[in-house]
Amino acid sequence: MRKKSPGKVRLLQGNEAVVEGALAAGCRFFAGYPITPASEISEILSIRLPRIGGTFIQMEDEIASMGAVIGASLAGVKSMTATSGPGFSLMQENLGYACIAEVPCVVVNVMRGGPSTGLPTHPSQGDVMQARWGTHGDHPVIVLAVSSVKDCFDITVKAFNLSEAFRVPVIILSDEVVAHTRESFALPEALPVIDRPKPNMPPEWYIPYADNSRGVPPMAAFGEGYRYHVTGLIHDVRGFPTERADEIDPFMKRLFRKITQGFEEIILSDSYMTEDADVCVIAYGSVARSARRAVVEARAKGLKAGMLQLITLFPFPRHVVEEVLAGCRAVIVPEMNMGQISREVKRVNSTDCRVVKHNRIDGGLITPGEILGRILEIK
Amino acid sequence: MPEEITKLIHKYLRHDKKFPHVWCPGCGNGIVLGSLIRAIDKIGLSKDDIVMASGIGCSGRMPVYVDFNTLHTTHGRALTFATGIKLAKPSLNVITVMGDGDATAIGGNHFIHAARRNLDLTAIIINNQIYGMTGGQFSPTTPYGSVATTSTWGHIEHAFSIADLAVTAGAAFVARGTVYHVQMLDEVIEKAIRKRGFAVVEVMSNCHVQFGRRNQMGDPVTMLKWFKESAVPAEKAAGMGHDEMKGRFTIGILADEEKPVYTEQYGKIRERAVAAAAEELKK
Repeated sequence: MRKKSPGKVRLLQGNEAVVEGALAAGCRFFAGYPITPASEISEILSIRLPRIGGTFIQMEDEIASMGAVIGASLAGVKSMTATSGPGFSLMQENLGYACIAEVPCVVVNVMRGGPSTGLPTHPSQGDVMQARWGTHGDHPVIVLAVSSVKDCFDITVKAFNLSEAFRVPVIILSDEVVAHTRESFALPEALPVIDRPKPNMPPEWYIPYADNSRGVPPMAAFGEGYRYHVTGLIHDVRGFPTERADEIDPFMKRLFRKITQGFEEIILSDSYMTEDADVCVIAYGSVARSARRAVVEARAKGLKAGMLQLITLFPFPRHVVEEVLAGCRAVIVPEMNMGQISREVKRVNSTDCRVVKHNRIDGGLITPGEILGRILEIK
Repeated sequence: MPEEITKLIHKYLRHDKKFPHVWCPGCGNGIVLGSLIRAIDKIGLSKDDIVMASGIGCSGRMPVYVDFNTLHTTHGRALTFATGIKLAKPSLNVITVMGDGDATAIGGNHFIHAARRNLDLTAIIINNQIYGMTGGQFSPTTPYGSVATTSTWGHIEHAFSIADLAVTAGAAFVARGTVYHVQMLDEVIEKAIRKRGFAVVEVMSNCHVQFGRRNQMGDPVTMLKWFKESAVPAEKAAGMGHDEMKGRFTIGILADEEKPVYTEQYGKIRERAVAAAAEELKK
């Protein structure tokens, strides 16, 4: 198992696939704190990282883990952490720091039932809105949801690439079912790996937060001769604290613009039999797998059903969802929460299409049968 | 001499950028910064190889003014960011500057664990016994019985001794200085930066505006005199009884131990792991 030969089919757990994806993307630093159901990611990386010259550290809590991840990234190393609900709450403080200081990093949240200690060994999708809005203040962030072991690999690579390309924290929402399911899949031979933009000018010309066409300034690592200031305060283009409205406004707007401008690169989704569908299921995470099965069964019954799987949850993939809403009589949004993405779907709905919620918060996975039942009700 | 000192300090300031500074006239923070710069200059460290990281509060603003790689983190978290930087790039000299509330209230957990872990970091803690920036609320080092804006009836909590806390938590080097004893401060900061392992310098500093004013020490001179009278050198304190030391504090080097440094230990783990990986590849 240890001998990694690319292209070979391997049997892996979701959490293991996250590790493989992270290493393939160039992650060389991990700081974390033990928590169910994410601990395997820490355990495996503690073995794997030093073997390739990387660094693993177990910190005193999740606040510290997030701080160390940002510190390592500032020193030029691709970094990540992994946690679950309670730990994710503690990470919100420094996640905001990564947003404002534009420090690339990846945070994996293996969702379990909440609030508080909740249901540590059961799946949930209760942290969707926390992933988007958990840290205070207006801020841009990218949130991706995984539904399979293969996803755990592919999307983790994608998460690092987006994080580096846009200098923004990327949150991967996994859940207890995806994390602990074992599936076989073929590790890809070669993958596109993106590294953060670096300054190509001499240090005396470097303006660390100057705008450019992408809205993503080049990022110098500490110790490379570009001595600059990094802060969680709103700052001017040189990185120094400012309270001037004419400096605050362009700075804040650039943070949002870099994401809206990059929409095409960031939005990932998967359509299944949606072309002629008049009832569609919009799902994400492990629920998307039940939804796919439900659609297959509905089709077998002669119903025109389809599914839109959301991989990018935020920025919300408005245009993809609007297309489905425009073509359907009804969409069903099954979620292991009381309706966090369904609210987004309703928000962008300007058609006569009915948006039907299906919610489950008892710690159980939404079954294909439940979703099929909903599809049949529409008829 | 004073002119030479000023020139030396200017060599390290971002004097064309973000001045005037935010500190009140007579603030002890400037004295600490002066000592830090003299120590760095004496050791001869390159500006490119220094990272100065701070938390939140008046002390947190220090990195803005100096021409190093500088990082102003979140409240209490400077050591966590510093840990990531040092591990990712061990060749950097990482110096954290924190306040008393910053390091021992909100950041208390990070502080004791950084001391226990023994990374090669320097932690300067400016102890002015108050939350100055937010308006004079009591901190973990505000003396029992004194007045703060959140203890106007008299403070009924007991103060931490930051240096003692660091010793107990396992810091390799611990010293306490004051902004009155500047030569000693230069020396202990230099020793702390040179130390391989986690090195703590607690600096008793004056906040006459938020602490002194409410406690019959409303100007910097009175507060410096208080430090002069209350500070007892470590060698002398060793021979003094508990009662004699009441209301006083020890200055000087309180701990200096050789113990395995995390950064170096992890380097060895990495070597072993890389060798094991190469060995497996051969099979």
